[in-house]
Amino acid sequence: MTQGQLDRLKRAMWVLSLSILAIPFVFPFLWMVSSGFKSATEIFGQPSLVPRIWRWTNFVEVFEYQPFAQQYFNSLYIAGLVTVLTLILSSLAGYALARMRFAGAGLLMLFLVSALMVPEEVTIIPNFFLMRWLGLMDTHGPLVLLPVFGPHGVMATFLMRQYFVALPKELEEAGRMDGLSRLGIWWKIALPMSRPALAAVAIITFLFSWNLFLEPLVFISSLEKFTLPLALANFTDAYGLPLWHLQLAATSLAVVPILIVYLIAQRQIIESFAMSGVKG
Amino acid sequence: MATADDTSAMARHTRVPWLTLKRRETIEAWLFVSPTLIGFLIFFLGPLIAVVIYSMSEWNLLSGGQVFVGLANYRDALAENPDFWHVIRNSVIFAMGLVPMNMALALILAIALSRPRRGVVFFRTVFFAPVVTSAVAWAIVWKFLLQGEGGTVNQLLALVGVNGPNWLREPDWAMAAVIVTRVIKMVGLNMILYIAALQSIPRDYEEAARLEGATGWQVFRMVTWPLLAPTTLIIMVITTIGSFKVFDHIYLMTGGGPENGTLVLAFYIYEQAFEFFNVGYASALAMIMFVIVLMLTIVQLLLRQRGAT
Repeated sequence: MTQGQLDRLKRAMWVLSLSILAIPFVFPFLWMVSSGFKSATEIFGQPSLVPRIWRWTNFVEVFEYQPFAQQYFNSLYIAGLVTVLTLILSSLAGYALARMRFAGAGLLMLFLVSALMVPEEVTIIPNFFLMRWLGLMDTHGPLVLLPVFGPHGVMATFLMRQYFVALPKELEEAGRMDGLSRLGIWWKIALPMSRPALAAVAIITFLFSWNLFLEPLVFISSLEKFTLPLALANFTDAYGLPLWHLQLAATSLAVVPILIVYLIAQRQIIESFAMSGVKG
Repeated sequence: MATADDTSAMARHTRVPWLTLKRRETIEAWLFVSPTLIGFLIFFLGPLIAVVIYSMSEWNLLSGGQVFVGLANYRDALAENPDFWHVIRNSVIFAMGLVPMNMALALILAIALSRPRRGVVFFRTVFFAPVVTSAVAWAIVWKFLLQGEGGTVNQLLALVGVNGPNWLREPDWAMAAVIVTRVIKMVGLNMILYIAALQSIPRDYEEAARLEGATGWQVFRMVTWPLLAPTTLIIMVITTIGSFKVFDHIYLMTGGGPENGTLVLAFYIYEQAFEFFNVGYASALAMIMFVIVLMLTIVQLLLRQRGAT
C-alpha cells in the first residue's frame, strides 16, 4: 500500500468511527423532531425517522393544552433579564476586584470564592422561606434573584475579573488623565475592551436561566407562570402518563431555536463554556 | 452623568481633607461591588447560615412548630434511617459509573479532534450539542426512546434480534441508563477542556519521541498522558462534584425509582424538603451534601495550586 492509500484509509477510519460514536448524540434530536410530527398511535408503530403522516396539528394542540406561548415568553424574558442584570453586576464587581486597591479586597475574594463550592440544593430550603416571607412565591422574582446573586453570578464575576486583570492598563490611565471617573473608565474603556468576556458571560448566563429547573419547580405553581422546562415536563394525561406526541412537539419547539443559534455561533458558544470552565 | 459626578467628587475631595485618594478608591470600590455583595449576603450567605440552624431543628411543615433538637437529624440520617445509606450508595455508584466513562470518552474524542483537519469542527459541534440543550428536554427524549414496549431503542435492538429490557423500570438497568444518557449529555464539556490541554502541549515533544522510534501508543503513554495529568485531575474533581448535583435528569427520567434504585442525594433532599416537608431532616441532608462537595472542592484547589507551581 502506498503512503497516499494509507492516509486515505486512516481518514476513512477516522470519519467512520466518529460517525458511529456520533449516533447517540444526534439521533435523539432527529427522533424528537420526527416524533413531534407523528400521531399518538404512529409514535409506537413501526420505527421510522420520517413520519408517515405529518401531523402539523400537534404544534397547534401544544398551545391549546396549556398556555405554552405565555410559558415560552416567560422563559425568554426571564433569561433576558437575568442576563442583563448579571452582565452589569458581574462586570462592575469584577472590575473593582481586578483594578481597584481597597481595604478588604482579599477577604471579599475569599468570601465570594466560597460560593462556588455550594450547590443550589444546599441553600434552596432557606431560600424557600425567604421568598415566602418576601411574598415572592409563585412569582418570577426568585427565578431572577437566585441566578443573579447565587453561585452563578459569582462565577460570572470571577470570569469578568480574570479578563479585566489581563487587559493592558495604559488606556485606562489615559482615560483617567482625561478626567474620567472610575465609573466612566469602566463604562467607556474597560467594558468595550472586554467584549469577548461579556459575550461569554451572556451566553452561559442565558442558557443557565433558560435551562433552570429546580428553582421553577420549587417556586412556581401557576400554569401561566411556568417556564419552558416546567411546561415541557407537564404534558401528561389525567393519569400522569406522558402525552408523547405533544410533549415531543413542545420539546422540539423549545430546543430547535437554541440549536439553530448554536449551529450559527458554535465557535463562540463552545469558547464561552471553555472560559467558564467549571460547569456541570 | 459619570463625568458630572466625578467633578463634584473632585471638588469635594479638595474641600474634605480626610477623603484621601486611597480612602476614595476604597469607597468607590465598595460601591462597585456592593450590589453583588448585598445580594450575595441576602440570597446566599444568609440562607447558608440558616440551613445550619434548620438542620438542628425538628421541623415538619405539616405538623407545625420548630423545635431545637441538636444533632438528632444527623444521627437520624447517619445511624437510623436506612434510606440515607441507600441514597449515598446510589450517589457513589452514579459517580463511579459516570466519571470514568465521561472522562475516557472525553479524552478519546479530544485526541481524535484536537488537530485541525477537515471535519473537526463538524464533529466537535455534534459532540458538544447536548451540552447546550436543556437537561429537561434531553431527559424527556431519552425517556421516550428507552421505554420498554415500543421504545425506539428496543425497536432498533429487535431489528438485530436483541430483546431489550424495560430500561427505566428495572433498578439496575435504570441506573445504567441514567448514567449513560448523562454522559452523552455532558461529555462535550470535558472534551473541549481536554482539547484545550492537548493543544497547549508543544508539538516538538511528540516529534522528538517519534524520532526516537516510539509508536503512537508509546508517545501517548510516555509523553501526552503525563502532561495531561493536571487537567485530568481537575476534570475528575469537577465531574465528580457535578455528578453529586444531578437532579433534573433523574427527576424526569426515573423520579428516583424504580424501588428507589436511582434515588440520589440531590433528589432525596428535594423529596424530603418539598414533597414530605421534613425541613429539619432535609436541611441536615443538605449540610451533608455541602460537606461532600466542600471536601471535593478543597481537593481541587490543592490540585490547582500544585498544577500552577
